[in-house]
Amino acid sequence: MRLLTHNMLTSHVKGAESGYPLILEAAEVILRNVDFNPEFIKRMLSKVNWDVLYQTAKAIGHLNDIPEQLQPNVENDEEFLRKAHHVLLEVEVKEGHLICPTSKKKFQISNGIPNMLLGEESSS
Amino acid sequence: MPRPEHGGPPELYYNERESTKYTNNSRVIDVQFRMSERAMELLSLPSGQPSLILDVGCGSGLSGEIISEMGHFWIGLDISKAMLDVAAWREVNGDLFLQDMGDGIGFRPGTFDGVISISAIQWLCNANKKHHRPAHRLYRFFCSLYIAMARGARAVFQLYPENSEQLELITTAAMKAGFTGGITVDYPNSTRAKKMFLCLFTGQTAAAQLPQGLDTTFSPIANVVQFTNERFEFSGSKNKLAAPAHARKKSRDWILHKKQRRRRQGFEIRADSKYTGRRRKHKF
Repeated sequence: MRLLTHNMLTSHVKGAESGYPLILEAAEVILRNVDFNPEFIKRMLSKVNWDVLYQTAKAIGHLNDIPEQLQPNVENDEEFLRKAHHVLLEVEVKEGHLICPTSKKKFQISNGIPNMLLGEESSS
Repeated sequence: MPRPEHGGPPELYYNERESTKYTNNSRVIDVQFRMSERAMELLSLPSGQPSLILDVGCGSGLSGEIISEMGHFWIGLDISKAMLDVAAWREVNGDLFLQDMGDGIGFRPGTFDGVISISAIQWLCNANKKHHRPAHRLYRFFCSLYIAMARGARAVFQLYPENSEQLELITTAAMKAGFTGGITVDYPNSTRAKKMFLCLFTGQTAAAQLPQGLDTTFSPIANVVQFTNERFEFSGSKNKLAAPAHARKKSRDWILHKKQRRRRQGFEIRADSKYTGRRRKHKF
C-alpha cells in the first residue's frame, strides 16, 4: 500500500465517526520505481491532506525532504513534485498494520495488501 | 451455465483454482479486457487528465491493466485473497485491498474521479452469512461509495443480474444513496453478447446523460411501440420466421431455412451450395 492510498483512507468501522487518519505501522517498506507523471501529482496535491502525509512519511522514515507545510505555487517546482511523487507513489508498505484511531481495530497488511475485512459484530 | 453466486460466498468461490483461470484462460481474459474497456469508455473521463480510479472487485487486476494503460492510477478492492495474490504476483500498478464491499468502503470524500466494477455487484444480492441482509449491504456500499466520489464523477458497474427483481434491488439501493443514472444495455438482442452496465452519476449535470448501448438498432426507445408500414401476413403459420408449411422435415427447403435461422443467431454456418441437402449415395 502506498502513502497516497493511505492518505485517502478512512476507517469504515461502524460507529467510528472520526476515523481519519488511520495509524500506519510499517514493519517492512519497499521502494518501487513508478513513472513520474507531473500532471497526476499536481492533481493529487489538491486532494492530499499534507499534514497527514508529512506525519506518516516521518513515522515510517521515508520523509525524502518534503516540507512540513505545503508552499503555495509549488505546481511548477519540478524538484518538489519529484519528491512528492517519490513519497506518494514509490514508497510502499509491504508488511505492517493499519489501526483505526477511534475503535483501535487493527488491520493487518501482508504482502502489500491490507486486510480490511470486519468481523461479524462491527459489520452488521 | 450455472450462476457462480449460488455456489457460496465469493471468497470461497474464487479460490486458487478459479483464480488461475484469470491468468491462463485467454477467453476469460479477453472477455474481461473488453468489458473493462467498455466500462472505462462509459466513464467518459476528461481526456488527457490522469485520474484516480476505484476498481470494485478488481480480482487479479486485469481491468487495472487497462486503467494503467490509459495513464490513470487505481485502487482495487476484492474479497478473494486468492485473486489478490494473483494480482500481487503479477505486480500490477494499483494498490490492493482485501475488503468486503458490503461492509462499506472507507475513503475520504471526493477521492475518486471514477469507479468501475466488472461482474461484481451481483454478489451482494446473496446472503452468505446469517447476519447478511442484501438490501442493507447494498445501501451501505452505495452510501460509502457516494461519499468517496468526486462531484460529477461516474460509476460504471458491469453486472449479470439474475432476474429483474435483483436488478431493481440494486438500482433502488443506488438511488436511495443519492445516485442518479440507470442501466445501459449493449447488444440487447443477442443472448450471448448482451452486456448490462449500471451507470451512476453523483449530482445531475447537463452532461450526465445515460450513454447509449451498443447495437440497440431494433429497439431505440424501449417504452414506445415502434410503428412500421410493413404488413404482417398471417398466411397459415402465425410465426413468420417458422419454416414454410410445405417444407417437409429434412427436405432441402427445411435445411436451407434452418441454416438461415442459425446464421441469424450468430453462428458460423457453411455457405449454401447446390449440394446442400442432397442425399448421399449409400456406400454398399
